Amino acid sequence: MRAFFILTLITAVRILGRNRLRAGLTMLGIIIGVGAVIAMVSIGEGAKAAVQAQVASMGTNVIIVLPGSTTVSGVRGGQGGAVTLTVSDALELKKRLPLLKDTAWAKRDVLQIVNGNKNWNGTVNGISPSYLTIRDWFFVSGGAFTQADLDAAARVALVGQTVVENLFDPGEEPVGSVIRIKNVPFRVIGVLAPKGQSAQGSDQDDIIFIPFSTAERKVFGTQFLGSVGAIFAATERPDDLGAAVDQIRETLRVRHRLQGDQGDDFTIRTQVDIGKVQEGTSQTLTMMLLSIAAVSLLVGGIGIMNILLVSVTERTREIGVRMAVGAKRRHILMQFLIEAMTLSVIGGTVGIIAGVGGARLTTVIAGWPTIISSDTVVAAFLFSVVVGLFFGLYPANKAARLNPIDALRYE
Amino acid sequence: MTSESKESPRPPLIHCVDLWKVYRLGDIEVQALRGLNLSIQQGEFVAIMGSSGSGKSTLMNMLGCLDQPTSGHYWLNGIDIGQCRADELADIRNRQIGFVFQSFNLIPRTSALENAQLPLFYRGLPLREQRALAAAALERVGLKGRERHYPTQLSGGQQQRVAIARALVTTPSLLLADEPTGNLDTESSRDIMSILDGLNKEEGITIILVTHEPDIAAYASREIVIKDGQVLTDRRTRRPEPVPSERH
Repeated sequence: MRAFFILTLITAVRILGRNRLRAGLTMLGIIIGVGAVIAMVSIGEGAKAAVQAQVASMGTNVIIVLPGSTTVSGVRGGQGGAVTLTVSDALELKKRLPLLKDTAWAKRDVLQIVNGNKNWNGTVNGISPSYLTIRDWFFVSGGAFTQADLDAAARVALVGQTVVENLFDPGEEPVGSVIRIKNVPFRVIGVLAPKGQSAQGSDQDDIIFIPFSTAERKVFGTQFLGSVGAIFAATERPDDLGAAVDQIRETLRVRHRLQGDQGDDFTIRTQVDIGKVQEGTSQTLTMMLLSIAAVSLLVGGIGIMNILLVSVTERTREIGVRMAVGAKRRHILMQFLIEAMTLSVIGGTVGIIAGVGGARLTTVIAGWPTIISSDTVVAAFLFSVVVGLFFGLYPANKAARLNPIDALRYE
Repeated sequence: MTSESKESPRPPLIHCVDLWKVYRLGDIEVQALRGLNLSIQQGEFVAIMGSSGSGKSTLMNMLGCLDQPTSGHYWLNGIDIGQCRADELADIRNRQIGFVFQSFNLIPRTSALENAQLPLFYRGLPLREQRALAAAALERVGLKGRERHYPTQLSGGQQQRVAIARALVTTPSLLLADEPTGNLDTESSRDIMSILDGLNKEEGITIILVTHEPDIAAYASREIVIKDGQVLTDRRTRRPEPVPSERH
């Protein structure tokens, strides 16, 4: 039986070798299909990993609490429109919930910032000093402000890279210079290390941090002192996130005196949720591309079937001779199945090479991260084998069912 | 007319009793064989003649186990062929029967050795054994040194010799030759016939030959004429039978 397989395989390769162009064109569908699967999955995996890294960069242990929306005569304001969260909420959460490592609060507005003859409209964020540690901000020069600055409502500012690029000349040292935010002079005491894009695609470096107290008293002009735009909380371990979210909800509901049937007047989010949304998007894209690849493999399979049907017709007499000298149906069946699988396996292998090459090229040319997983390669290869088997079955069966007398007489 | 050998000391190789084959071509019913009776002993050299449409092709397909009778019996070496399944027929063809066709029917673009190997390939012998037996068979038909040649590199006579090597590589008890010289010139025809004659005389292989040419039929020791699906005449043409009990 082993001799049969070896010889049949050699025969198959020889027959395909005789019609190189035909075999090549037949394989093209499989090559494109397998190549597309591998390239697409690699790009998708790479994007997913990048999103995950981004989420991790923002802290996987961070919880964000946003105020609920306002409802005025039935007209609902956007999220964060209400002033339901306060500094004391944040302090209380930290005091009450041992799961929380720290809490911070912030309030933001987009304002004009002026340095000498340059100006820039940037996001000004009034924060508590703990915000910087929770969100993992680091400095390239200078340093953070302290609790004392917060207490004194000091006019000090920390600037992000994008702001530096737009307000300062190249080579100019921002630390120590004085900028004006809404005509209030601030001394720059630190330049933040760049963070790049957020998971949502916004520029995280287009930012200025000033003490929360300074912001609400001297810059923003708040209606209600102590109201915040968001509360940030960090847990010691990412695993505690779920429990911490529940505890925060419970504590805030009590503090806000919400009855059982009343909805929350705040929204709790974690980076994990945001990451999931992103992953969902990339998964949808991957699924779409995979279905295109599947169609391509299908077409490739039909190509194999077509060429094998031609081959069966061309070699009818040969099949008759083989039957006359003692080939059983299964021998003929195997011969054509092996031919089909040789086509699809060679096509699959070339497709794998093309797919891996394509993924690499994407990384080099477009700069997209790609991850080639061995699972994908193995799955694509097996799939091409299955395609060969499936689409080879009909022509092979047709050959095996030939009547030897008719086959021998075939012209 | 019947050549049944009821008193024969050993059973005949081929024993056909009331053999019928009926085809249906659309609405028309074709009776290719109509109650044919025939017995052939091991070691005979039989020429079958008959005009086209006489049923001799159908008979050859039947004797070669490529086809099965509609009714009646065909015993080959005591096996009732009508009762066999397709795979069993394939096995019988592989082990007991060798075919030689008018148009050689070699597998194209495949070497002489591989062509001669083919029946052994389906028997599942180890590769080395296949090659050795095929090489010996090619040597037997005088093609030593041509093992690597492709059919297109061989003359018609040589191609037919490869086909004979393929037929005898399994040491069959029966060799069926369907107009083996039909596509060959006189000289090649003589070569082929002397090879077949040698196989019959020296190795005792039973040969059944279909031909139109009387001088080719003359190599046989028995001549059977088929007409309308029955045996018309059946006569000894040359020497006395090697199996003496054969009754005429």
